[in-house]
Amino acid sequence: MRIEQTFQALKARNEAGLIAYLTAGDPNLAVTEQLVEAMAQAGVDMIELGVPFSDPVADGPVIQRASQRALKAGTNLERILESVARLRGRGVILPIMLMTYYNPIYRRGLGTAAVMLAQAGVDGLIVPDLPYEESQELAGLLKEQGMYLIYLLAPTSSQQRIQKITEQARGFIYCVSLAGVTGERNTLPPELPEFVQRVRSQTDQPLAVGFGLSRPELMPLIAAMADAAVGGSAFVSLVEQNPEDPVTPVVSLASSLKEALI
Amino acid sequence: MIYPDDRGRYGQFGGRFVPETLMNAIQELETEYRRAKEDPNFIREFKTYLAQYAGRPSNLYLAENLTRYLDGPKIYLKREDLNHTGSHKINNALGQALLAVRMGKTRLIAETGAGQHGVATATVAARFGLSCVVYMGEEDIARQSLNVFRMRLLGAEVRPVTSGSRTLKDATNEAMRDWVASVKDTHYIIGSAVGPHPYPMLVRDFQRVIGDETREQILEVEGRLPDYLVACVGGGSNAIGLFYPFLEEQSVALVGVEAAGAGIETGLHAASLSQGSLGVLHGSLSYLLQDNDGQILEAYSVSAGLDYPGVGPEHSYLKDRGRAIYESVTDQEALAAFALLSQTEGIIPALESSHALAWVIRNASRLRKDQIVIVNLSGRGDKDVEQVANLMGGK
Repeated sequence: MRIEQTFQALKARNEAGLIAYLTAGDPNLAVTEQLVEAMAQAGVDMIELGVPFSDPVADGPVIQRASQRALKAGTNLERILESVARLRGRGVILPIMLMTYYNPIYRRGLGTAAVMLAQAGVDGLIVPDLPYEESQELAGLLKEQGMYLIYLLAPTSSQQRIQKITEQARGFIYCVSLAGVTGERNTLPPELPEFVQRVRSQTDQPLAVGFGLSRPELMPLIAAMADAAVGGSAFVSLVEQNPEDPVTPVVSLASSLKEALI
Repeated sequence: MIYPDDRGRYGQFGGRFVPETLMNAIQELETEYRRAKEDPNFIREFKTYLAQYAGRPSNLYLAENLTRYLDGPKIYLKREDLNHTGSHKINNALGQALLAVRMGKTRLIAETGAGQHGVATATVAARFGLSCVVYMGEEDIARQSLNVFRMRLLGAEVRPVTSGSRTLKDATNEAMRDWVASVKDTHYIIGSAVGPHPYPMLVRDFQRVIGDETREQILEVEGRLPDYLVACVGGGSNAIGLFYPFLEEQSVALVGVEAAGAGIETGLHAASLSQGSLGVLHGSLSYLLQDNDGQILEAYSVSAGLDYPGVGPEHSYLKDRGRAIYESVTDQEALAAFALLSQTEGIIPALESSHALAWVIRNASRLRKDQIVIVNLSGRGDKDVEQVANLMGGK
């Protein structure tokens, strides 16, 4: 299992991991593949590929626009999985997770989708609109294929929910840093350490913190409380602003975020 | 069987598919609602506002001229258009606002298509001293400018939504994004029988007053139950409100009328029940309009209130069980019904409700004269006059 191995290696090196999010197919899948390879070389520890969706209710404007661009370019789940398979063929070994809303997976049939994902070389699935209560069937099917459903927890999650969800969670737990949608923020929410601590006290699973993280100066704070940071909208923004050559600025941000986590 | 079950399911439909951030709030909402439902003070308060503020009960009116003109069944209109704010939406807005106050929330948000639910929410926000933001697609702002002005006059902020099809679906997305960030002090008043559990149940329960009154009124004037109940279906709140108290009455046929827009064959329609497939949108599993990749398709209807690619989960359940039938009428048929009711009865119906009327007009000749049809006149058409005038070239 690539996800566990990665967290074990991070722990052995005593550093926090960087999980980088990209909307797959923005502006097209060839560029997404270049970006993933370049990020892997730049020291990114795991990749989260967003499957574009017409109605991304958990996302802010940056990822909404990226999703629209990707859909316009003809991106769909099958083509994304072809890209993942190509990346694996080219020797990209870091964990790759897909971030997808539930409907594109549901539409294929959960069992079919699980097999497709596994065959392409996907390690896990993050489904922001699939809470624990509705997740059992998909979690079981993914597990059969050797993948994880990555659960999210939010500052608004009750103690009871944190306990229930951490009991089932494997791979890592995605702690949403704030009540809100994805997008860059300048500072960390003041209640974040307390929230992460509440989760930490219930589980030994690795914790990743995401939503709103874009600045290298915030990374040491994340490294102090969790096992990994997720960067998303900041990368997607750079792709949007640099359609000619997104690789250079994206790699530069990834490197500086990763350095700050070591 | 009592639906929904404890997972918020109507058969396989419904459920709660929302970000983790909202789970606590919707569970709290369910708990508080179940408590309120058993609280005689809450029930009394709700009933008092429905009577004193919204003007209920609404009349059940025998449309004699229309009945004579169509030479078919006896047609009654349930006059939700006579409610305060001009539609059935006030019933649910009042109920949810009272819940919001009970939960100590200070801010209301809402999505709106035609603007009727936005106006109802802005109205109750003014009445209960809560701040209010209404999300409305740019496309709908253009075709329902009168309602936009009404909401602003009532003190609400109307936020134009520019994403996607710029209609009700996108306004709902934006309201959910707001709620994810504001859930601490904000209650989201969903206007239709859609969304994650407990919303479809909540909205149905606050709207069932339509059916409860209808039952009493028809028994009083006719001494028997009707043969048909007909209501338009976008998300489906006015329809479920009328149908619900009659679900066990097998002699009463339930007809939901969706928008066929420019015609089903053109692909420009909003007929999620007749043409859709199973999927998850806005928090529940139901029929919806989508492509093979599971991307939601843009709906189309001349009526902003029906221009929605999903539908409430209980309607999907009633369709699969065969308890209700769902058919669709085109823009043209609805516009003809809009004009016909205006001319025969002196009642200008909302374009949404005109769809239900259009079904009766289309089917009048195959129904018997001794049959009774009740149409839910869910809203009044003042808001639509400008749009219809433009469509008719000002004639």
